[in-house]
Amino acid sequence: MKTLIFEKSRNGRRAFAQAPSSVDDAAIPEALRRKDTPRLPEVSELQVVRHYTRLSRQNFSIDTQFYPLGSCTMKYNPRACNSLALLPGFAGRHPLGPVSHGQGFLACMYELQEMLKAVTGMQGVSLTPMAGAQGELAGVLMIQAYHKARGDLERNEIIVPDAAHGTNPATATMCGCVVRELPTGSDGDIDIAALKAAVGPKTAGIMLTNPSTLGVFDRGIVEVAKIVHDAGGLLYYDGANLNAICGKVRPGDMGFDVIHMNLHKTFSTPHGGGGPGSGAVGVGSRLLPFMPIPIVRATERDGATWYDWIAEDELPQSIGRLSGFMGNAGVLLRAYVYMRMVGRDGMRRLAEYATLNANYLQARLRDVGFQLAFPKRRASHEFIVTLKHEAREINLTAMDVAKALLDHNYHAPTTYFPLLVPECLLIEPTETESKETLDNFVAAMTAIVTEAKGGKSFKEAPYTMPVRRLDDVKAARQLDLAFRPPG
Amino acid sequence: MPFIPHTEDDTREMLAAIGASSIDDLFDEIPQQLLIRSLDGVPPALSEMEISRLMRERAAQDGAPLCFIGAGAYEHHIPQAVWDIATRGEYYSAYTPYQAEASQGTLQTIYEYQTMITELTGLDVSNASLYDGASGLAEASLMAVRSNRKAKSGRILLAPGVNPNYEKVAVAIAGSQNITFERLPMNAVTGNAADQLDAGTSPVALVIQQPSFPGTLEDVDRLTDWAHENGALVIAVVNPLSLALLKAPGSWGTKGADIAVGEGQPLGIPLSSGGPYFGFMTCRQEHVRQMPGRIVGRTTDLEDNPGFTLTLQAREQHIRRSKATSNICTNQGLMVTAATIYMALLGFEGLRQVALRAQQNTALLISKLTELPGVRRLYEGPHFHEVSIRLDRPIAAVLDALARRDILGGYDLGDALLVCATETKTEVDIDLYVDTLRDILATRDLRRA
Repeated sequence: MKTLIFEKSRNGRRAFAQAPSSVDDAAIPEALRRKDTPRLPEVSELQVVRHYTRLSRQNFSIDTQFYPLGSCTMKYNPRACNSLALLPGFAGRHPLGPVSHGQGFLACMYELQEMLKAVTGMQGVSLTPMAGAQGELAGVLMIQAYHKARGDLERNEIIVPDAAHGTNPATATMCGCVVRELPTGSDGDIDIAALKAAVGPKTAGIMLTNPSTLGVFDRGIVEVAKIVHDAGGLLYYDGANLNAICGKVRPGDMGFDVIHMNLHKTFSTPHGGGGPGSGAVGVGSRLLPFMPIPIVRATERDGATWYDWIAEDELPQSIGRLSGFMGNAGVLLRAYVYMRMVGRDGMRRLAEYATLNANYLQARLRDVGFQLAFPKRRASHEFIVTLKHEAREINLTAMDVAKALLDHNYHAPTTYFPLLVPECLLIEPTETESKETLDNFVAAMTAIVTEAKGGKSFKEAPYTMPVRRLDDVKAARQLDLAFRPPG
Repeated sequence: MPFIPHTEDDTREMLAAIGASSIDDLFDEIPQQLLIRSLDGVPPALSEMEISRLMRERAAQDGAPLCFIGAGAYEHHIPQAVWDIATRGEYYSAYTPYQAEASQGTLQTIYEYQTMITELTGLDVSNASLYDGASGLAEASLMAVRSNRKAKSGRILLAPGVNPNYEKVAVAIAGSQNITFERLPMNAVTGNAADQLDAGTSPVALVIQQPSFPGTLEDVDRLTDWAHENGALVIAVVNPLSLALLKAPGSWGTKGADIAVGEGQPLGIPLSSGGPYFGFMTCRQEHVRQMPGRIVGRTTDLEDNPGFTLTLQAREQHIRRSKATSNICTNQGLMVTAATIYMALLGFEGLRQVALRAQQNTALLISKLTELPGVRRLYEGPHFHEVSIRLDRPIAAVLDALARRDILGGYDLGDALLVCATETKTEVDIDLYVDTLRDILATRDLRRA
């Protein structure tokens, strides 16, 4: 079952249709020439198609399973977004082609920038960051550039709540900042007293997710913004949970100065087995001069709209370029198509039905006996169940439930994140799932607990997947990162 | 409601279960003054039919010009099977393979990718990919600083042929960690590194791009040995397709390059205005724990059968937080899936045929172009599939005139024009370019050409 493509290889076999017919030898000097033959597979086209089709079927995916992975917004990726982004005029366009041969593409990019500004309440948007983490990097670099431009050179601390995504502190470190961790209050909101104690003349800014990774909207956000601004710092909005508030509340109105958006979450571009993502950034007026380039501009020319690029010469204080060209353009096209299909009124419905589904699933799971991490709070678009009692009393951990769910044909929720809730499952159903799916999921969760109470162990689950539980320790100790034929 | 399945009955029953009277109630913890009532900046929804028509019109508006631009992104034939399979929902709509047992398809595909790209670059280990080639150089520079602990200068040397945009990206991403980038002097005749080089004080690494940005072939053996003699690591920036003909980074000089990165786009990824592409990164075994990004390993399961899982995760942000090797958490999974299928379909012999045809097409283009008056090569010497040429007319104006005739004539280097003819070009295409350029160069006023 686990045959590698290399093990199907036979000397001299080829998928002949895929390359030009034979031509002569290369005009390369002897010293620069390749002499060895890399071991790429030698297989037929049918073998390739069968092999990778078979492999694909060993994946869980949104198209095949409910995927309530908290903080990842695994909603349906509409097919039209993909096929329209791959139209030949878009797929074949060279990134360095002249704008005269890119007006159609640039019109989409400009309108995408404008829609993202409207949804977030920001003054400017740059589409170039290639993932959320790169958007974070861009955001912190802009905050640094802002302070530096003002001659405010001592501000090198970034405040990060303890519930934050790991990318937040990692990003701050990459930018050469010092990370100050902030505790969360018992109700899930930021501890205001701790925040007041943390800010000062060294504060560059704070990185926040709101609703937070705890699945609750921080009710003190207006005060938080005031405290940070009064101390001279700026507010960074991690847009991972934008789906929870899309069309309802805007980060710009909450007081945020800079935001990254995960277009692969809120605006439903594909996750692709771990990428490509897209981490467009939006900024308030203070950070406009520092945005990463290039940015699309619209002007009037001969009575029509003309699109071109803003680059180094017109934005000299920019933090610079983050990608070889302009970022993940094809992902941006998919997000554009999605936003146009959802439209003005639909934006609000994303948040409303994602929140409805999360609160419904939270209520149902509570009613069948699961303990909620924040039982007195409304769920946002996601919520946390803690299995600390089950772990202690019936030896059923979050990991066990995650693996047992796979045997029920559900992808596991996010486990053991955020780190401050013990034995937690972070559950995000998204708006594209039906009530029936949520009800069936509750039934599966109930069945797992019932079986565990009856003495069944899930330590060796899953049983029905292409492999059984894998030896992670061996994977790290006896590194096997590439296939080398024996001998 | 697009993509939302709820009936009115569903919504009513769900609200009842929650104990809320309306959906608005679910937002009652949000300060009411923050709630917005409308989103004027977003136009009303379009149906799938309407958006399809709009997108077809816009795609058609951009036309299908004859493209001789390379400069880091290359037009290649992509076999139909590549994206037919890569966009299967099971690949397209899966998440990062954190639940290994339910992600064996993606994991095995990445393991096979890691194998192929290490074979191609001649190095020991690969990660699961980075965002693109340019950001790959930034990550490789940071990695070199972590790996080469003896060199404390933070100085990264760049051979003259490194893509200027790669340098800009590396400065933007890595510049705030006390890393500086310095260009080595150039030999004006060859376009390659000067004969006499001074390494200065304890350089961390030397970056060598092969083929160089202006299309020359650098003496990689000499530069690699020189860097190693000066205590620097060697970071190779390579076009993966060129490795079908050119010496692999692992074989450069006496000891080989330490890290190789590059733009994976030539391996089956559409040009698509610059992305999504993927950056590949391979290195020698001794540096593996300093590598950024995801890595897939083969292991065994409870029944001792082989299986695949993410490994060495203790380097990564979700475990190490502020002490991680990088903030990166994505790889370009879908792009890597496509590239793996592309490499499997072509095999090494197929890649070699593509590379040879591209080199020969470029040679043909250059021989015909340099017969035109005032056109000559900027640098002599061997090339892969890209060459810089000089014109005796202003390059921007010539390119504009060509574009008006739907020919994208190359990339403007300022003092020269960088042209590329891959395997997708026929002799008819090449003649059309040459004949059109001849007409344009013969016109006194280029604005009327």
